[in-house]
Amino acid sequence: MNATQPTTVKLLPIYWLESKMEVLKMWRSPGFAISSLLFPVMFYTFFGLLFTMNADNMSTYLLATYGTFGVIGPALMSFGVGVAVERGQGWFDVKEASPMPASAYIIARIAVSLVFSVAVIMCLFTLGATFGDVKLLQSQWLLLCIVLMLGSLPFCAIGLAMGLSLKSNTAPAVVNLTYLPMSFLSGLWVPINMFPETMQNIAHFLPPFHLAQLALKVIDMDIGGNVWLHFGALLAYGLVFFALAMMAYNKKDKS
Amino acid sequence: MSNQPIFSLTGVCKKYGKKTALDGVDLTIQPGEVLAVLGPNGAGKTTLINLMLGRLSLSDGQISLLGEQPGSLGAKRQTGAMLQVANLPDNLKVKEHIHLFQSYYPAPMPYQQIIDYAGLTDVENTLTKNLSGGQKQRLLFALGICGNPKLLFLDEPSVGMDIEARRGLWQAIRDLRAKGTAIVLTTHYLEEADALSDKVVVINQGKVVTQGTPQQIKAHVSTKVIRFTSETDVGVLSDVADVSQIKSSGKYYELQSSHPVNSLKSLFTLLPDIEDLTVTGAALEDAFLTLTEQTGA
Repeated sequence: MNATQPTTVKLLPIYWLESKMEVLKMWRSPGFAISSLLFPVMFYTFFGLLFTMNADNMSTYLLATYGTFGVIGPALMSFGVGVAVERGQGWFDVKEASPMPASAYIIARIAVSLVFSVAVIMCLFTLGATFGDVKLLQSQWLLLCIVLMLGSLPFCAIGLAMGLSLKSNTAPAVVNLTYLPMSFLSGLWVPINMFPETMQNIAHFLPPFHLAQLALKVIDMDIGGNVWLHFGALLAYGLVFFALAMMAYNKKDKS
Repeated sequence: MSNQPIFSLTGVCKKYGKKTALDGVDLTIQPGEVLAVLGPNGAGKTTLINLMLGRLSLSDGQISLLGEQPGSLGAKRQTGAMLQVANLPDNLKVKEHIHLFQSYYPAPMPYQQIIDYAGLTDVENTLTKNLSGGQKQRLLFALGICGNPKLLFLDEPSVGMDIEARRGLWQAIRDLRAKGTAIVLTTHYLEEADALSDKVVVINQGKVVTQGTPQQIKAHVSTKVIRFTSETDVGVLSDVADVSQIKSSGKYYELQSSHPVNSLKSLFTLLPDIEDLTVTGAALEDAFLTLTEQTGA
């Protein structure tokens, strides 16, 4: 009708605004933010710093595994619970009826998850370096941080698939029942080589195990698996769950 | 404006398993027209809206919406929707919500204009969680119009609004319509449909019961409800003139009357002890039930 009106939008400003709003939302509800940081920090303080069972480099080992635990939590929560709650409220329907690009919704939540990851990593690093006598090369600190941050992405995909499929009232329970046992079985709380062999074998099927091994690889404390195998496993998990999420998103006739 | 309709539905059917939610609905709307969709709960109003938004798939029939597929990005950029929402994200300010939604559209409505239309001037910097129910509705309305839509869906827009807010909303709807925006409105309030719409479609059990101007529809739903308390036996009430339906619970009675004056006259002669008497317009849902029975749908 009106030829002078633009018919396209620029994606980058939308990504920026959407992410900014999502981070603001989180920033303004400190209760949720703090509780997400508290678990890994508290666990690491107890088991990594105060009661370091025997080995004297336990603080270093557990820094990598609780770091893993710390970054996958917000990824699963922000997507898994956050999306399910917005669906339950009907707010997701409003977003869906608007021409918001689906990519903006995902990128904004990844941004939140990454902000969380950085916060968790910084807390743990500070604790480890100050009280745990953790001594790493500068390049190792940096690489560990990068591995953990990028490693949270497949868990964003897993969370998204859960958030788009679960009901809002059951989502927190289901996400936690996935998150906590999976973390334990992947050797994030207790070093994997203390497990009986059958349990060690199970761990190979769990994505947090592979991320933890990559993180441990940075500080030369992994059990010696192939880097590319761990990387491939995470990539595969990420792609499969992203595909599942897209199927759930594009499905019409959602209840 | 061209004579191309904003949307047209032809023989639209929607089945959920064996249950038929919509059955052969034909509907069109022109630019600058307000269409009110009325019907009892479960009639298929929400299904109809969701089909047009592309959130449900068609079982049969066709929908053409601004020359696009319902639910496509092209269609979404030219439509706005105010849906029923249990809650909005708490921790964003009104202006932040609006700026974000503006960014989704190629040619958004100017910010100040949105604020004025929606009547949100005093709460631009308020967090959503501190808004009243009516203010939240106004924010949802603002988000619906912020893309300067050619077609606007309003699903029960005035629920939870006080009278002043409702008047404001009505004025905004009239202004938008004057600009050529086509508006689809679902409502429980006959008054609202009456005040705003050019065309009313009444749906029941998935079928269009009747279509027409508000005046034509109102003629069908002129029944009144008479409520009172009395100690007298129910049996007498079947003799009351022009009464179509009688409900009772203890000493409380509710009658539907097509001619309240006649009914009241005979009531007073039959029942000596009437107290707490009220006469009100029939609730729209009741009226629809009568209407559907009449049309035998």
